[in-house]
Amino acid sequence: MAGQVYYEDIEAGSEIPALVKYPTTMQLVKYAGASGDYYQIHYDKDFAIANGLPGVIVHGWLTLSFLGQMVTDWLGDQGALVKLSGSYRGMNKVHEDIICNGKVAKKYIEEGGNYARVEIWAENPQGEKTVTGAAVVTLPSRA
Amino acid sequence: MAGESVITEELNSLLNVELGPEVYEIEKGMLKKFAEAIEDPNPRWLKEAPPTFPAALVPKALLNKLFNIDIPLKRLLNGTSDLEYLQPIKAGDVISITAKLTRLRQVAGAEGPTLFMFTEMTYTNQRGEVAVKGKNTYIKY
Repeated sequence: MAGQVYYEDIEAGSEIPALVKYPTTMQLVKYAGASGDYYQIHYDKDFAIANGLPGVIVHGWLTLSFLGQMVTDWLGDQGALVKLSGSYRGMNKVHEDIICNGKVAKKYIEEGGNYARVEIWAENPQGEKTVTGAAVVTLPSRA
Repeated sequence: MAGESVITEELNSLLNVELGPEVYEIEKGMLKKFAEAIEDPNPRWLKEAPPTFPAALVPKALLNKLFNIDIPLKRLLNGTSDLEYLQPIKAGDVISITAKLTRLRQVAGAEGPTLFMFTEMTYTNQRGEVAVKGKNTYIKY
């Protein structure tokens, strides 16, 4: 991991390091167990297809977890996540890369805190945005 | 028009009714299992909940009602998730969750009527502090 990121280091438009994940059906089963979300579209291919889906699809919350990891990896020990949101626009299939990206939309000081709003999104290998969202974070200052 | 309404009296009667609290003791093992499932190796998540961990603290009373309610739309998708972090959730905490349905919206989708169900959750720790505020939209189609 790179060193601590500071408020002074970023500007609107700054990209944060991308994260690529490759979920398998086994990971979806693990996530189902850890989260309690046992909806069969996430591990039972026959059930998923009978529901009109192309196959087993990744939990939206799992893709949002990947985006959360990207943001918290970037924030380091001294940054903090204030808000995280995602809209599930498309489906991620298993055994495909999920590419997580983020870009600073703006930075601002409010009540003494150094904030940034970061646009975040996940893409499938076809370049389609499957989850789009935002993170609001606080960053330490060099001052 | 979205056609005939799929919003039943039973669904309407749930609007703005706070259900819960449901109480979860946050054990170290739960955090570890969750971090392993999302494959986030950050050692911080052995003691503290990763950002999406509230997904595992399910407000069952509300969701069982919403997911099993007798309406013609059987298929379900998660639409949006929103989390606001006010206090960290740590191993050893006891988190109480209350949840409510805040809004229903029916639209005409490509495959027939689609129902959006908007929910809000509040996660409060054992000191009475709100740790997390959550919003989630579920889609039935």
